[in-house]
Amino acid sequence: MDLTQFQQKSEVSRHSSRTRLGRAALTLLIAVLLALFLLFVTVPIASLFLRISPEAFLRSLAEPVVLDALSLSLITATMSTVIVVIFGTPLALINARHDYRGRDLVDTLTDLPIVLPPAVAGIALLMAFGRRGVVGQYLDLFGIHIAFTTVAVILAQVFVASPFYIRQAKASFEAVDRIYEDAARTLGASPWAVARRITIPLAWGGLISGAILSFARALGEFGATIMFAGNFQGRTQTMPLAIYTTMQGDLDASISLAIILVMISFAVIAAVKVVTRRNF
Amino acid sequence: MFSLHAVRRLRDFVLDITLSIGQGETLVLIGENGAGKSTVLNLISGILTPDRGEIVLGERALFSFDKRINIPTENRNIGHLFQSYALFPHMTVAENVAFGLQCRQVPKAEIAASVTERLAVMRLSDLADVNASRLSGGQRQRVALARALVLEPELLLLDEPLAAVDMRARGAMRKELREQIQNADIPCIIVTHALHDALELADRLCLIEEGKVAADGDPEEVLGMQENGFIASFTDR
Repeated sequence: MDLTQFQQKSEVSRHSSRTRLGRAALTLLIAVLLALFLLFVTVPIASLFLRISPEAFLRSLAEPVVLDALSLSLITATMSTVIVVIFGTPLALINARHDYRGRDLVDTLTDLPIVLPPAVAGIALLMAFGRRGVVGQYLDLFGIHIAFTTVAVILAQVFVASPFYIRQAKASFEAVDRIYEDAARTLGASPWAVARRITIPLAWGGLISGAILSFARALGEFGATIMFAGNFQGRTQTMPLAIYTTMQGDLDASISLAIILVMISFAVIAAVKVVTRRNF
Repeated sequence: MFSLHAVRRLRDFVLDITLSIGQGETLVLIGENGAGKSTVLNLISGILTPDRGEIVLGERALFSFDKRINIPTENRNIGHLFQSYALFPHMTVAENVAFGLQCRQVPKAEIAASVTERLAVMRLSDLADVNASRLSGGQRQRVALARALVLEPELLLLDEPLAAVDMRARGAMRKELREQIQNADIPCIIVTHALHDALELADRLCLIEEGKVAADGDPEEVLGMQENGFIASFTDR
């Protein structure tokens, strides 16, 4: 082996050992970043479980403030999800399948609550449906009051949660191949029958996961609710509001409510995963 | 008896087609990809609407620009088989075949009887409860045909009926298809890219080029037009 060959060879091996070292360092760096991020998410959630004994958790589950908030939250979030599905499904189907003037505007408006801060939604709803609001003043003439009632809780939830369902539903309808709808038409199905028997069943997985996401968002709603519906136990004090309120006195109750919401959140993620995997 | 005159502006050219078919006659459409063959079928079944023209099936005007008639797809009573067959993937074979009868609000007992009979005729009885998404190409083709014929359509449209069928099964399937069409005794339009389909299924052959009828007549006569570039390559295969 002459000298130049030897030099070249050592150069090559030095070069490759340097890239190997570099790659290892990069892997390490990514692993550290990933671990830090995961810890940042999991440590606070784990802390909830570590800061309360199982006995104290069960004891606070019997407290009226916790029970009231839990039942009110489940009832209002279910109602608002039902309302969102009833109004959102036809809207999503029409916007997925028909081109009309102003469709982009409708799409933008339905998406708006996602980017709108909840406090803005709260004051906006109050200005519309409050006793002296744009709509509320006329409702007041008939003795109908919405603000600071359970109805207001549901309206606030519908307002903030609807885009989660409508977006998902529209994407699911768009993913249904039109050929099935055309085939159904040639077999004698009216447009309504096509939607009921072909398009909706084929988009089913997406619709369910959209409804679950919308339910979860409604359950977590805080800002718009406290401004538009107030914070009255048993009437408008949902779980997030009760967490905020009890935190100042009964920390155990606050943590227990938070743990229930964490468990529901996990169940939601799991449910969405299962439903979307079974999708056609 | 079926007659069509349809004009429709497409992206690259204006489709302007005049055709007529007698009772029990099978017309085969051939032509380059994108010549407008499938569009003709979609115009007839009502999935697309002509800009101008008239479509008459038997005594009934399905579309007439002058008389402002446009019967919706679901009321045309035309069997339309798509190239991909478009079987409903969330239904079983029996549910697919029953679909059109249910749309017509036929009594349940009658639906069950018609479906059972049709499945037996098409040798599909064993597959009745199988999900439609789990069938082979040949099985899909038979189910799609059963789904259309159970409604006793007045006209049958077949878009590349054998394209998704396994090569080896194609000859037998073609023979079977021919029998089914003959038994139905209705006018039939078939779009194809295969010379064998044209030779064995066509009573009449029609060549479409850029949305116009370039030749229409006896299959041998049309296939004899060797000066035409498409015909020359079509018969060369």
